[in-house]
Order: sequence, then structure tokens, then C-alpha cells
Amino acid sequence: MPSFDLAPLTLVTGIIVTWILLGVAGVLAPSNLRYVTRVLLPLGGLTALILAAVGVAGMSSDTAARVLPLGLPDLPFHIRIDALAAFFLALLGAVSAGISLFYAGYLRAGEANSPGLTCLQYHLFLASMATIFIADDGYLFMVAWETMALSSYFLVTSNHRDAVTRDAGFLYLLVAHVGAIGILLCFGVLQSGAGDYTFAAMRLIERPTAGWATAAYLLALFGFGAKAGILPLHVWLPEAHPAAPSPVSALMSGVMLKTAIYGMLRVTFDLLNVHMWWWGVLTLSLGLLTALFGVLFAAVQTDMKRLLAYSSIENIGIVLISIGLAITFRAFGMNALASLALVAALYHCLNHAFFKSLLFLVTGSVLHATNERSLGRLGGLIHRMPVVAWLALVGTLAIAGLPPLNGFVSEWLLLQAFLLTPGLPNSYLNMLVPVAAASLALTFALSGYVMVKFYGVIFLGRPREAKLAEAHDAGGCERVGLAWLAVGCIVLGVIPATVILELGNVTSQLVGTNINDSVVASGWLFVTPIAPARASYSPLIFLLVITAVLLIVFLLVRAFYHGRMRRGAAWDCGFPLQTARMQDTAEGFGQPIKQIFEHFFRIERHMPSPFDRAPCYRSRTEDRLWYWLYLPIARAVGRVSGWVGSLQRGRIHIYLIYSFATLILLLLFAR
Amino acid sequence: MNLPIHAQLINLMAALLLLIAFAMLSQRRIMSLIYLFAWQGAVLFANTVIVAWGTGQTHLFYSALITLVLKVVLLPWLLHRLATRLQIQSDVETMINIPITMLIGIVLVIFAFNLALPISQWAQTITRSTLGIAIASVLLSFLMMIMRRKAVPQVIGFLSMENGLFFAATSTTYGMPMVVELGIALDVLVGTFIFGIFFFRIRETFDSLDIGNLEKLKQD
Amino acid sequence: MIEPVLSQLFQTLLAVLVAPLMLGWINNCRAWLQNKSAPGILQPYRTLRKLFHKDAVLAHNASSLFRNAPYLNFGCMVLAASIVPVVETNLPFAHAADAIALVGIFALARVFMALAAMDIGTAFGSLGARREMLVAFLAEPALLMVLFTPALISQSTSLNTMVETLAQREVALSPGLAYAAVAFVMVLLAENARIPIDNPSTHLELTMIHEAMILEYSARHLALIEWASAMKLMIYCAIGIAVFMPWGIAAAGNWPTLPIATIALVVKLIFAGAGLALLETVSAKLRIFRAPEFLGMAFLLGVLGMLTHFLLERS
Repeated sequence: MPSFDLAPLTLVTGIIVTWILLGVAGVLAPSNLRYVTRVLLPLGGLTALILAAVGVAGMSSDTAARVLPLGLPDLPFHIRIDALAAFFLALLGAVSAGISLFYAGYLRAGEANSPGLTCLQYHLFLASMATIFIADDGYLFMVAWETMALSSYFLVTSNHRDAVTRDAGFLYLLVAHVGAIGILLCFGVLQSGAGDYTFAAMRLIERPTAGWATAAYLLALFGFGAKAGILPLHVWLPEAHPAAPSPVSALMSGVMLKTAIYGMLRVTFDLLNVHMWWWGVLTLSLGLLTALFGVLFAAVQTDMKRLLAYSSIENIGIVLISIGLAITFRAFGMNALASLALVAALYHCLNHAFFKSLLFLVTGSVLHATNERSLGRLGGLIHRMPVVAWLALVGTLAIAGLPPLNGFVSEWLLLQAFLLTPGLPNSYLNMLVPVAAASLALTFALSGYVMVKFYGVIFLGRPREAKLAEAHDAGGCERVGLAWLAVGCIVLGVIPATVILELGNVTSQLVGTNINDSVVASGWLFVTPIAPARASYSPLIFLLVITAVLLIVFLLVRAFYHGRMRRGAAWDCGFPLQTARMQDTAEGFGQPIKQIFEHFFRIERHMPSPFDRAPCYRSRTEDRLWYWLYLPIARAVGRVSGWVGSLQRGRIHIYLIYSFATLILLLLFAR
Repeated sequence: MNLPIHAQLINLMAALLLLIAFAMLSQRRIMSLIYLFAWQGAVLFANTVIVAWGTGQTHLFYSALITLVLKVVLLPWLLHRLATRLQIQSDVETMINIPITMLIGIVLVIFAFNLALPISQWAQTITRSTLGIAIASVLLSFLMMIMRRKAVPQVIGFLSMENGLFFAATSTTYGMPMVVELGIALDVLVGTFIFGIFFFRIRETFDSLDIGNLEKLKQD
Repeated sequence: MIEPVLSQLFQTLLAVLVAPLMLGWINNCRAWLQNKSAPGILQPYRTLRKLFHKDAVLAHNASSLFRNAPYLNFGCMVLAASIVPVVETNLPFAHAADAIALVGIFALARVFMALAAMDIGTAFGSLGARREMLVAFLAEPALLMVLFTPALISQSTSLNTMVETLAQREVALSPGLAYAAVAFVMVLLAENARIPIDNPSTHLELTMIHEAMILEYSARHLALIEWASAMKLMIYCAIGIAVFMPWGIAAAGNWPTLPIATIALVVKLIFAGAGLALLETVSAKLRIFRAPEFLGMAFLLGVLGMLTHFLLERS
């Protein structure tokens, strides 16, 4: 029996090794841009594509586990692939294929980091994320987690000559490590003193007392929440994502945040075998606050990448809401409904990975073409960059949750899951949950608002700066990467039934049942998650009818009347001196939201007075939590460090006294 | 869905009562508040008549008559006269803005509904499920009293609280003893007269009906 | 097999062709109530014909998004008309979308119109887009909440099931549905750019919401947009009728009841149109920043409807 077989686990291990080798190969010729962009990055993309295929196959094959001969003497690396891991591997592979291809066209010489070094960091990032998904013991998980944090830190601070980028990177690393401590402690609680850190052992431990299980759950929520960007540990997201190069932001938003979701799902549904309903309600409330916070702040941003970062916070909040709902259902034993909520969560992870990566890559193209990140200096780019603009439109419609694209499917599934909550036994929950559904609907509507602002201010209208006339469209590799992700959005939106069937394998593993039978009850054309009479949706019919009507009306109008057209000036209401600066700015578009939700923000305004020699108006919108939570903690840490720092006197005598005192103490106590 | 017709009508009246309580929370103009208060009295009157007809308790007809005379005709007329003579037809100021007030209102409604569920399982009347709405409208009127700056809306809030309590009594225990009802009606009438007198005094002292001015009376 | 297709075609064509008539009826009622002479019920058809004949004039920097948005808008409205059970339930396309997806269709049409408004790059277009999205971001969740109450009653979000369940209940006065009905009327006024949110016959650009979005359109594009707006109004009325007054809608495949259903629909639409005209005449247009409060009230009424349903109808 040959030891090499094509089992998914072996293939995944091979892919991880390939990525590491590609990274090392990049360092061997660090300044050779063509080698990195023509050979290594496309190879990385191809490998990612293979990973995606393996992942999809792995969702329906059996669980496989192995022990690797690496690691500590008494704690070797355990790896395991099951349906959950396979799903996230497929996500990683599919999205990073597009991103790698885009990066091949995007990477330029002359940035602060050499191309080879970037290649190493990038592929290590990918490899570490894949390792997280297949890790089967606490030690390998933490090793991979740290590698992911470090490699992404170096990628974020690629432009390390800029002080703002360095600060953003520091904040990112800080919060990542605070989270890592939480995860470590969580694993510590999970192993319950047995000393065996393998997940297999943790699964089998009986947890009679709710106290330790709750501690483990809360630590997991804290630790993974720090990486996912949940309130109040979200402050690093809006700083790190804009600072990083766009493909890195795409990978971070698209995939890295999902590793945290994977961790939460693994700990909650796999390693912990008790569930309490109040965990679910806590997670749901936290997710609601996060989602609302994210979308409100996104509405007032003027930097396109910060807007997308806050939108990522919102989408992670939505995933958290789904997970909270699943936990609540599971705690009451309603496994089929928990399965529906989980399908909504996983689908939203997949959708978000695709459309957020697409949008971040689009901002990369815009940044390269115009060298501008601020929305106040863009505009009218649909004429200069049509390919990017149309692909960005697909991404915008997807993220706004509009049918027939993919964002709508996961939102629809989540709302259906909410409508089933009246079956819960607890009457407070029965009534609170419709209010939560209302807030969720508000979040969805607001995200539509934000995305219209994003797309409209960047691509539509007139160029707000003269230099935008020289913007160029994206190159070949970049177009392929963008198109791959856009096609993914469309496909995920138009054939949701197939995807849900595959996800059924994952939910079977996590909660024991799946909704596959009801999903295809009316055939593959319609998605009927509960029952055909209850709710059904067919995006393919949507697409076909709208396209057919479009064509029919076009032809009919041309046949009965005419298609004559001429160009003229825009309507100026009698005011002939219209300039491009008179259209809405990003601040202007977000102003109604700012006014209605004033109390959420911390707004500093400087109003002009009649006595100013040079009157100006300034308004800054900031995060209250930064001032309430982080700055006090930073000041306290600074104070404590000051006290500890007073130990350092600079005189040799003091240090000798320290050594002497320690020696005396040891002699006293170690007798 | 198979409740008898009068039970359905009572449910509808309860829903109208809650709607009026919310509408009062969101109203800006004092005249509209007074008209809403009159409508609330009318809903209460209709509800009492329906309960009386449906359960055959004839003393409730007399309560209904008192409600009609007092709360639909007399008190709104008094308040209207007061408002006209005080010339306070302008916008009403609120302590915090209206959307947040409504959100707090929704939270109070959920709280009241959950509070009422175990209680209404003990009551013997057919209208027991409306207890939650009655408690909710009392809480909402209280909220209105807290949230307003001027004096007249606070009085209207106090009066509509009494309306809510009356509704609660009708729905759970088929009304109160006649003596108690007459006593409460008299108290409410006298209270309104006294409020009217005080409004004029406050106006004379401070030149406005803003309750915040009363803080100046405290000793510093 | 052929029967459902014919019924579907009949319903879609009915909605498409009758929508301007409804608009004409509402304008007529408004004129009568305001003591003006009415333009005639067929006026919208004449307007459409006039617009189709004209040459389209586009701004110099109009992109293909701008040119295609009216067709897409119209397509979305036709799809919505096929899905809502206007005269008959259980038509073939009706299973393609439930209430939530219907709200999604309206959102898709609205987003495209807003993007097209921002395309030209004048101050009015972006003003209209911003205001329209402001109204939409509260109206859309309000509509969802309104539709959730009947969804909870009929245990389904499919409009067909809602119609069937609600038509077969004994005549019951359901407070939850009453709240939802009030909220629905408020959302209808907001989404269709009627007083008190927006004045459809205003000519002052700074007071426009919906009209400001379509300032740049002319000829056949404008005709399609106006037609689509009329269809949207009629579809909203049809949704309201289907959910709150569902008696008379034919069941699938039940040929003899189809004429009755059509007549019932016409009668209900006449009353709905007159009621709408009355509401418009007695209300004044709100300031733009009172519009979120108006819609917030509708949203809260929808939520209240759901809560009241829980309390009163499930104990």
C-alpha cells in the first residue's frame, strides 16, 4: 500500500508545504519583480485553486486525522480534516486564488518592501491560515495563529516608512496578542487539567458544571472576537485595513476574519458539548451592536478603505448574530432550526469573503490609477476605468444584499431563521427577537445606503480632481483576479440550492441535522429552506425575467417608436457655473446618517465665526470607544509602566543590590 | 382566532389605546395632545360599553357614562380652555429627541407584556390578555410625563395614566366598585382645577411654563 | 400546463397596462377634492405616448449605467407584478420570491435609480439620490416589519400562503394586523413619493426627493421610469389588498373566479386610489428631516404589531 494517497488531508498538507516553498523561493531572489509576479504569485494562485477543489471534495468525504512527526517531543502536531475545516479551506482557496492573481498584476517595485520578501510573507500568511483550519490540537493551532498574526503584521506594515502605518501595525499586533492570550486561556480551560491538549481529548471531556464551560465560551468569544473585530475589540480593523496594501486588506478582511469565526464554531459546537441559551443571546446582542456600529461608522467615512473596513465589522456582526441564533436554538434542542441559522452564518462568511475581497481589490486598482484614497478626490472613474467599474458594481450590489446576487441569499436565510424564533419556549426571547430582526433589517438597509455612497462617489459623477483624467484601467492579471471574484459572487447568488446542500454536510457534523431535504423540496431551481409553502426563492428566475423584460422592452420601444438620442448639457437650473465640486461629497452623502444618529459618534466641530480672519469649518467623527475604553487603559498601562520603570536607576550599585537581595531571598526560601 | 365578537372588539380597543399612547409620546403640539386625550377617553368609553354588553354587568354602563362626560367632554374642554388662555399652542419641547423616546417606549412595552403574561393567566375574565396593554399604556404615559418640559403635557400624561389604570381595572376585574369610581372621578376633576390654578401662578412667576424654571426655587 | 402560463401572462399584462390608469384615477380624485378641473383618467397614457415620441437627450458624461437603469427599473417592476398575487395566487412565478425577496426587488430598482442619479454629477442628482436613500433606509425595514406580522400569522413569508390563510380566517379584527395596516399605509406614502413625504407634482428642485433623481431623464427613458413608478404604486396597493383585504382573489387554476377576482381588484383599487387622494389632500408635506421620524413611527408601529400579535393572539 503506497504511503502517498490522494486523500484530502494529504493534499492539503502538500499545498501548505508548496506555499511555504514558494515563499522561500521568493526570498532567494528578493529584488526580482518579474520572477515574483510572473512565476511565484500565479503558482500560488493555482495552488489556491487546487485547495478550493480539495476543500469542496473534503466537505462530503469522511473525517481523516493524522499525527505529524513535528512539534514538541510529547506534543506532536495533530491534523484533521472534517466538513467544517474543508468548508473554510475551500473559502480560503477560492478567494486567495483571485487575490493572488490580482497581486501578480498589482505588485510594483519601489515599495518599501522588496518583492521577494512580500512573497514570503504573503505565502506564509496563506499557509498559516490553512494550517489553522486543519489543526487538531491546541499547540499547532496556537503556532499557526501566531504565524498568521506575525506574517500579516509584516504585510500590514509594508509601507513602513509611513508613521501612520507603523502605528496601525502596532495596534493590530497588540490586539491580536491580547486575543491570543484569550484563546490560550480558553484552551487551558477546555483541557480541564487533563494535560492533553489535543482536540480529540477535549471533545470527550464531560463538563458537568456550567461554570467552566461558560468560562471557556466567554474566553473563546473574547479571544476570537479580538481577531474578528467584534465590539469593543474592533479598533484595529479601521486602522490596519487601510494601512495595508489592498490585496493584503482583501485577504485579511476576506479570509483572516473568517479564521476567527472558524475558531468560534470549532470551540462552541465541536469542543464544548454543553450549550446554554444565554450564550446565544449574548452573542446575538453583541453581533447586533457590532453590525449597527459598523454600518453607522461606515456611513460617515471619507476614506474608501476605512469605509470597507467598517463594513467588514458590520458583516462580522451579522455572522455573529447567526451564530448566536444557532446556539440559542441548539440550547433548546431545536436542531433543525440551529442548522438553518448555521447555514446562514457559513453562507454569509463565504459571501463576505468574495464580495469584500472584490471591493478591496477594486480600491487597490483605483489607488494605483489615481494615487488617491480619499473619497473627496475621486469621481467619474466609470469612464476611465470601465472594466474595474463594472466589476465593482457587481461587488457593490452583492454587498448591499440585493437579489439575485449572493449577499441577498445569506440575508434571506438569516431573516427566515428569525421568523422561526416564536417557537422558543422563553417568552422574553420570543418578544425580544422580533426587535432584533427589526434592527437587522435596519442594518441591511443602511448597508445599501453606504454602498451607494461608496460606488457613486468613486465611480459616478464628475471627476473631482483634474488629474483623474489620466487614470488608467486595470491590467490583465488584475482583471482576471477581479473577474474571478465577481463570477464567484454571481454564481453563489444564482445557484444557492447547491451551495446549501454542500453546507448541509457541515451542519450535520456540527449540530447533527441538516435542512437538505427541505431545501430541494421543489427542485434545484427553488430554494425552500423550511417548506415550499413557507418560503421559496429562485434567483435564476429573477435574473432571467429581468433580463428578458429588459430585452423585450428595448426591442419593443425601438420597433414602435425609435431609438434616437443626442447629447446635451446637464440640467443646471439656470446656474451655468456648475463645477465638479458641487456634487455631493462623501461627507455630504453621509450627513443625514450623522445627523440622525448623532449620539453614537463623537463629533468634534469647529464652526466658523464672523470674527475669523480665515473662517473654516472642520468636523471630525470619531469612535467613542477609543476615548472611553482604550485611552484610559493605555494611560493606566503607562502609569504602571512608569512605576515599574522607576526600578531602573542607572547606577550599578542599585543593580548589585537587586542581585544581592534576590540571592538572599532564594537562600531563604529554597532551603 | 375563535374568540367571540366582543372579545375581538375589546382587543381592538386595547390596540387603539396603545396606539394613542404612542402617538401622544410623539406629538409635538399641545392641541394635538388634548385631542388625543379626548380620543383616548372615547376609546375607553367604547371599551366599557362593549364589556358591559358582552358580560351583562350593567353597572359598567354607568361607569361608561361617567367616562364619557368626564374624559371625553369635560376634561378636554377644560384643558383646551386652559391652553388657549395660557397661549401655549407652540411646539412642545422634549428632554431627549423623539426617536429615542419611542425606542424606550418599545422597551417598556416589551417589559409590560412580559410582566402581564403570568398575571393574566390567573385572571378569570375574557379580556385578561389586554392587561399587558393596560400596563404598557400606564408606563408610556409615565414616560411622557418624564420626557416633557412644559407643564400641560405633564398633566395630560398624569390623566392618561389614570385612563390606563381604568382600562386595566375593566379588563381584569370588570370594573371597580361604584364608590371607588366616583371617588376617582371626583379626584381627577378637582385635580385638574387645581392644576389650572397653579399654571397661572407659575406663569406669573416665571413668564413661562417650562418646568425647569421651578429649579430656581431650591435653596442654594 | 398552458393554463398557468396564460394566467401569469394575464396578470402581468393587467398590472403593466392598468397601472397608468390607476395613477390617472388618483390624480383625478385629487383634482376633484381640491376643486380643480381634472385632466382625465387617460392622461398618463397620453403623457407616455408623448414621451416615447421624443428624442432622448443625454448629458455629455452620461454612462451606460444611466442609459440602462430605466429598463432595469421597469424590469424589476414587471417581475414584482408577476409575483404579487394581484388577481390569482399560486402562479408559476409566484414561487420565485417571497415577501422578503419582494422588498429586495424594490431595493434593487431603487439602488439603480440612485446610482443613475449620481451618474451625471450635478448637485441635484446627488441630492435626490441621497434623499431617496434616506427615505429608503427606514422605509425598507418598516416594510419588512409590516410584512412580518402577517408572516407570523400565516406561518410563512410566501405571499400566496398569506393570502390563502388570511382570506380563510373568520372575519377577525386582529390588532396586530391593524397596526401593520397603518404602518403599511405610511410606508406606501413614503416609498411612492406621495405627500407627506414628497410632492409628486412639485417643480422646485430643492424640495424634490424622487423627482430630483430623474431630472436628467427624457423621452423614452423618462416614459419607462414614470410607467415603472405607476406600476410600483399599483403593486404596493396590490400588496396591501392581498395582505389586509384578501377576499376575492382567485385560487390557482380556478378559471370561473378570475373575472370576479378582476372586478374585485378594480373595485378595491378604486377605493384605494380615492383614499390615497384623500390622504394626500388633507396632509401637508413634511420637512425633509421630519421624514425619518415619520418612517420611524411606521417602523415602530410594525414592531408593535408583531409584539401585539404575540401578546393577544397567541395566549
